[in-house]
Amino acid sequence: MGHSNASGDLSSEMEVDAFRRLFPLRFYEHHLAESIRPDGRALGKARDTTIELGAVASADGSALAKIGLTTMLAAIKMEVMTPSKESPDEGCIAIDFHMPPICSPLVRPGRPAEAEPVVSKQLADTILRHVKHFYGHSLLLDYFFKVLYSGMIDLKDLSLVSGKAAWMVYLDIYCLDADGSLFDAALLSAIAAFSHLQIPVVSMNDDGKLIVVSEENGEKDIVNKEKRKLSLNRIPFSLTCVLHKNYILADPTAEEETIFETLVTVVLDTFDQLVYLYKPGGLVLAFTSSVQDCIALTRQRLKELQKILDESVSGMEVD
Amino acid sequence: MEIDRIDGRTPNQLRPLTCSRNVLNRAHGSSSWSQGDTKVLAAVYGPKAGTKKNENPEKTCIEVIWKPKTGQTGKSEREYEMILKRTLQSICILTVNPNTTTLVIIQVVNDDGAVSFKVAICCGLAESGYVILDPAKLEEQKMKAFPYLVFPNSVLSVLPEGSPKVEGELMENGIITSVTQGAMAVDNYFHCLERGRAANEKMSAFLRRSLQPQLPG
Repeated sequence: MGHSNASGDLSSEMEVDAFRRLFPLRFYEHHLAESIRPDGRALGKARDTTIELGAVASADGSALAKIGLTTMLAAIKMEVMTPSKESPDEGCIAIDFHMPPICSPLVRPGRPAEAEPVVSKQLADTILRHVKHFYGHSLLLDYFFKVLYSGMIDLKDLSLVSGKAAWMVYLDIYCLDADGSLFDAALLSAIAAFSHLQIPVVSMNDDGKLIVVSEENGEKDIVNKEKRKLSLNRIPFSLTCVLHKNYILADPTAEEETIFETLVTVVLDTFDQLVYLYKPGGLVLAFTSSVQDCIALTRQRLKELQKILDESVSGMEVD
Repeated sequence: MEIDRIDGRTPNQLRPLTCSRNVLNRAHGSSSWSQGDTKVLAAVYGPKAGTKKNENPEKTCIEVIWKPKTGQTGKSEREYEMILKRTLQSICILTVNPNTTTLVIIQVVNDDGAVSFKVAICCGLAESGYVILDPAKLEEQKMKAFPYLVFPNSVLSVLPEGSPKVEGELMENGIITSVTQGAMAVDNYFHCLERGRAANEKMSAFLRRSLQPQLPG
């Protein structure tokens, strides 16, 4: 121990740090017994969340979302394309999630992170939740119950001229800092970017094609003057929790995610439908009671996130 | 609500299951599993020395490769690989052979719906004969899935089975893995879980019957 107070504090601080590195599970269990986490949060509380709209000036819609230290930048670019013959009234959305090496010391250049294609597919499933039923024997559903309801975005909204022109939306999400709950932050930034999106103005040029024009070029032949915003119904919000014995920790940091390997992600939409529930293995079994608790935590989080989103959208409209 | 299914099954009925093991003679363990027309082949190699860079050397590393029937491997395949890897990690006793890698390869032979979980069972079967899995544990934790149900979604769940009770709820009711596709009401999800548990028993019985000759003692 040190002779003076300062070095005494230093060595006990180093002991705590060493204990945290050597015995992470016990370190956390000491805290969980007091119903608190090392960063002072309550077990069911998520980290501070902020959304900033319009972070990328060159994109048609963009947003920067931060949950604690996890930072996601989403940007949307739109271009006119010819729709496919099977769906002449529908546009298309391409979603891509990137984890560049800047986000975490575990991601090396040249080698994509393990989480990248998984989160990318999860986002695509959640955002594009349109359900089409094929009655061939090669797909999942084989009964005649037709349920066609649009997900967050109706692809028919993206149509310009039926059969000839529709919007192709490129949504790119970049992870700038990976500190746990990547899917939550990515989904939030994607939704915020869609809320911020201003559909570019198009007009018919002399060849009969639709091209994007800038607003100052006068008012001639603008095809979509009124329709400049996408209408979002049934917005999904998500919450990731970790399970450990009978504790449920909401919104884990990267350290918590590695120590407690059991993750549950629940996505609910504004109509209280369960959009997505994801529990990939893990040592802890989820009983009905834990699943119900996770869903209840997600409902709370949905209200918080909706408030934050509404505030930033109304802030933008004032400008 | 009476729903007529194309092949005339009742809403709770599973397709006929068949499984055979040791189908590939070069692999350390292999099996083929089919449920109706969906057929999946699994092979297990290992354990071989050394783990990947960022993995914990005190445990076995399980690597999964998923090969679709047609087309290139894309994001869905990576997702299945990750789900399967995490499910297997929670089921297998990893500390028996530390600092080794076990490779599991899944080949989809025919896809008639509900492929993913089939794989999980298939893997379990392949490993039980040849890798160090404890048979009691395998019996405790069986895979189950939701083939076709009355809901317009497909739910992928893995439930364990066994008699010990944990906090009043049977351990067999806990979920190891669950992945949903499509939106549904929260209550519907819990109904799915109940149906799944019922189906789980049938599948576990089937699994036990087919593994019986190979289990020691």
